[in-house]
Amino acid sequence: MTPPPLIHCQALAKRFDTTGPAVLGPLSLTVAPGEFVSILGPSGCGKSTLLRLVSGLLAPSEGTLRVADRPPGELDDLAYVFQDATLLPWLRVAANVETLLRLRRVSTAERTRRRDAALGLVRLTEKARAYPRQLSGGQRMRVSLARALALEPRVLLLDEPFGALDEMTRDHLGEELLAIHARQAWTALFVTHSVAEAVFLSTRILVLAPHPGRIAHDLAVDLPYPRNHETRRAPDYLRLVADVSARLRAVEPAEDFAA
Amino acid sequence: MSSRLLRRLPPFVLAALFLAGWQALHHSLPPGRRFLFPSLPQLGEAFQVHGPALLGAAGHTALASLGGFALAALVAAGASLLLASSTLVRQALYPYLMGLQMVPVIIVAPILILWVGPGAPSVIIVTFLITFFPLVVNTTQGLLSVEQAHLDLFRMGRAARWQELLLLRAPAALPYFFTGLRIAAILAPIGALTADYLVGSTSGGRSGLGITALLFSARNEIPGLYATAVVGCALGFVLVSAVSGLAWLALHRWHDSYSAEQIER
Ligand SMILES: Nc1ncnc2c1ncn2[C@@H]1O[C@H](COP(=O)(O)OP(=O)(O)OP(=O)(O)O)[C@@H](O)[C@H]1O
Ligand SMILES: [Mg+2]
Repeated sequence: MTPPPLIHCQALAKRFDTTGPAVLGPLSLTVAPGEFVSILGPSGCGKSTLLRLVSGLLAPSEGTLRVADRPPGELDDLAYVFQDATLLPWLRVAANVETLLRLRRVSTAERTRRRDAALGLVRLTEKARAYPRQLSGGQRMRVSLARALALEPRVLLLDEPFGALDEMTRDHLGEELLAIHARQAWTALFVTHSVAEAVFLSTRILVLAPHPGRIAHDLAVDLPYPRNHETRRAPDYLRLVADVSARLRAVEPAEDFAA
Repeated sequence: MSSRLLRRLPPFVLAALFLAGWQALHHSLPPGRRFLFPSLPQLGEAFQVHGPALLGAAGHTALASLGGFALAALVAAGASLLLASSTLVRQALYPYLMGLQMVPVIIVAPILILWVGPGAPSVIIVTFLITFFPLVVNTTQGLLSVEQAHLDLFRMGRAARWQELLLLRAPAALPYFFTGLRIAAILAPIGALTADYLVGSTSGGRSGLGITALLFSARNEIPGLYATAVVGCALGFVLVSAVSGLAWLALHRWHDSYSAEQIER
């Protein structure tokens, strides 16, 4: 039998201007526990908006949206990784990782345990006492990821988390993220502009079309696990990347770039 | 000579030039008017003769400026938290805060003398009035200048309003608060000196630098007046340095204004 959906939206739509056209939707989507869903689509098509809706930072204009069978924003174990690391510069790495736990009044002992575990997962234990400005961009992003993982989330929303990094670092972090996903049972919504990254990481890829944002393609990625640098050379992988790239190019609105 | 020593040199060279310039200015005046700008030895003599009196007066003015300054810092911190809590509060209270800064000390002085009487409390109140505004404006600005991404993070963390205020806005506002403190540290001794002049105690041994200056001027003790000015400046420097030290302690680990490259330069 199929497990009950973790994220469920039905005819979900968002308009920022009450009289204007919808920016996103109507869109229906069901995500099961443990899925790693990547979201691709042209700039401005509403990927971030979709994530912000699921997180509860934005309220839907129409339709229903349930996360773990509750309205979004009520869920304690949902974590958001933003495009920038958004670390608090006045706190050391360790305290940054604990920030969200502190807000939730998690006990000191438990906070310490989860902080150390999360820092271990992103392999930054030895940087615990550093300040953010003493870290490289990739390290900062890993701290940001650790901060989200310390929540022991059931749902992890990632909005172009590696977008600002070079390709090597990006690939490394992707592999790290997959390894962590294999050990922990969270469900990911992962926004990216990189088709290769999406194919490598995901169990499923959504390609959004713009004006208004809607799901143009919903593709399963059935590459075997564990995935590693070998995977990036496998014919199946390369075929999928080419296929998804073609589909993405087809929804890209050429007129937006003509001017 | 080592390059390190060379780099330390300019301030000393400048100080020597300054003193030489001072002396030259004295001698460039016609002999009949040289009394208007005392020479360095005359200044030294004034310090010798009036040293104890100046020191006592400086102590009173230092305490009053520190009192007014600390009071302003505390009240400004509290008031900024209130002001940052809502636009409505801010819009309603801002005119009164500006008013506080705009009331001329010359007019406040006689009222204070009637209400509080001349002496240290009145001096502290005037110093408070002069230093409060830059502190509250800067700190409030800091509390409001928080990155949207950080606010989103706290909202995602379902932070309570007080958590957002104390764990996010307050630390983010620290650099702004210290900018306010630096301005206030410069204003405080000037304010306390002026206040002493206007509302200070004239009874023996309790007066500050303002009254001292008043007496020198009444007695035509020109070198004494200059010595008072020098002491006033010194007070300002001490207070500003203390604030800079505090700012360094609070900010150097994380704030960009203390980043390595900036120190190198
Ligand atoms: N707060 C807002 N107010 C008004 N319009 C908004 C707001 N946020 C987003 N939009 C609009 O909604 C649309 C979708 O924005 P969104 O940020 O979701 O795009 P995106 O797919 O994440 O783009 P990118 O890949 O460039 O990050 C855009 O046209 C944008 O202008
Ligand atoms: Mg976006």
